Amino acid sequence: MTVLCLVELDGTAAADVSLRALTFARALVGGGAGRLAAVVFGPDESVPVAEVSAYGVADAYAVESPQLTGYAPEAWARALAGLADELSATAVVAAATDHGSEVMAHLGAITGLPVAANCASAATAGPGTFRLVRHRWAGSLLEDSVLEAPRALLTVAVDAVAPTASDAFVATSVHAWRSALGEADLRVVAVESAERSGGASLATARVVVGGGRGVGGPDGFVALEELAGLLGGVVGVSRVVTSEGWRPHKQQVGQTGTRISPELYLACGISGAIQHMAGCLSAKHIVAVNTDPDAPIISHADYAVIGDLKEVIPALVAAIRARDDS
Amino acid sequence: MEILVCVKRVPMVGGKIVVTADGQDVDTRMSGFTVSPHEECAVEEAVRLVERHGGNVTVLTLGPPAAADQLRDMLALGASRAVLLETDGREWGPIATADAIVAAARARAGQEGAARDPGCPYDLLLFGNEAADTGDYQVGVRVAHALGLPCVTGIKNLEVMVGSDGGPGNGGAAGASARARREYRGAEEIFDIPLPAVISVKEGINLPRYPSLPGRLRAKRAAIEQSAPQWHPEGLRKERLRVPPGETKRAEVLGTGTDAVPALVALLDELGVLS
Repeated sequence: MTVLCLVELDGTAAADVSLRALTFARALVGGGAGRLAAVVFGPDESVPVAEVSAYGVADAYAVESPQLTGYAPEAWARALAGLADELSATAVVAAATDHGSEVMAHLGAITGLPVAANCASAATAGPGTFRLVRHRWAGSLLEDSVLEAPRALLTVAVDAVAPTASDAFVATSVHAWRSALGEADLRVVAVESAERSGGASLATARVVVGGGRGVGGPDGFVALEELAGLLGGVVGVSRVVTSEGWRPHKQQVGQTGTRISPELYLACGISGAIQHMAGCLSAKHIVAVNTDPDAPIISHADYAVIGDLKEVIPALVAAIRARDDS
Repeated sequence: MEILVCVKRVPMVGGKIVVTADGQDVDTRMSGFTVSPHEECAVEEAVRLVERHGGNVTVLTLGPPAAADQLRDMLALGASRAVLLETDGREWGPIATADAIVAAARARAGQEGAARDPGCPYDLLLFGNEAADTGDYQVGVRVAHALGLPCVTGIKNLEVMVGSDGGPGNGGAAGASARARREYRGAEEIFDIPLPAVISVKEGINLPRYPSLPGRLRAKRAAIEQSAPQWHPEGLRKERLRVPPGETKRAEVLGTGTDAVPALVALLDELGVLS
């Protein structure tokens, strides 16, 4: 069988999420006579050959078209549909990113096939039958499910699979794939703004100082900002903070905000709702500062300080400053 | 302009998810239900658009009879019409859900006669990017394909440009367009699309208002249009829900109040986050 995996690019390299998707797809291919194929949108030379080879890709397809001036979800899906037919692919896999999820949804709509979103694992269980584990509630709940479809369309929950290179060496052949696109496929094409979002990114920050309802209002964030500055980090907030309008939504950590994976997440006055924890479970270390020793966050954290953040955080700032001065 | 917003009733899960004994649902006996967050923002966005351009917001949900509560919440935010596609409470997959929404839109077009596009009675169909519970990320896209409309997802900023004929508005959407923006990998993507269109939005596109008292009173009295579409099975079948293993741990308590600060500083030092 052939499993076809969409590989997104991050600059000239394969995006980390796509390496995870390739790892997932390789497990689905299994050890038999199967074949892992990858598809990249761009010219032949944009295929990150060394990386996809290390992940076990036998054939990589580069989709290039003069009509594709930018990301175009329907056109990408149309090209994927044609390529999957050509390869008689058993499954098409993409990382559950905004692009991957969107393209796979279009592919499902074009083909009339179901799309199983946010998979953590997949295995074949007879012809046209797949056993899946899917994430619900952004990974706070798992669903065991069965997919019956002539072709499995799967997105991979981004933090469910660790990127793991293949044990066996596989030489990758690169092929150009030309897709016939209609006018309707090109109705929606993204124009990328030249403007990059400035400042330290919440998603990639090494330290995040989190603030929740316990901060009490917009003014309470001054101390958290100061601490974040001292730790070389950024401030993140819970949903209640953005719903109250205390801080902008772009600072929200959680299911409907940003997912973070810092070395340290210092969660201050945050109760630890499912919606919030879904955004920070990839943090290496979680330290909670909370007045309530029975708050849900305590059962997700590695360390806790039981106390009022309005006293603890200024004292911590003072202690770090004193340490820096000595 | 005529806007349809599709919303989903989801459990309010709070701090912990509990699964029912049969493994089929989230246990909601101790919690309540709410509108999935992205979709509440979709309703707010629609209300702002009709405040600016005129028209009506229809809010639609597919769910059990009790989902009328969520429709009334959205009427209180400023939607003027509510449609309940009533189910017997079992979970519908994204294909069946999209089919039911498309059928409801077409039935509405039939009621309106030939004045509008017979395929689509709305200038804009708004969805949440993905439902909080199932996260399937596809109902809006499937509806767009069935109605032959362009579609963009994950939108955090939306502008609607009125057409040269004065629409959108009651005269229809000819010439109207939308500029939709979202962020992807630190860069902004901009989409210019003609209306009618399907757009799914994300929380952060706006800050939903609190319903006013008159809004709540109006919502309480409002009629809800109902129909009962037929459920059908899909290729993807849920067998069992379960809470991921090993999630619960107990934090090591460093201390209480400011007395804990020395231990906290030592920990930060050990983690290598102090310069």
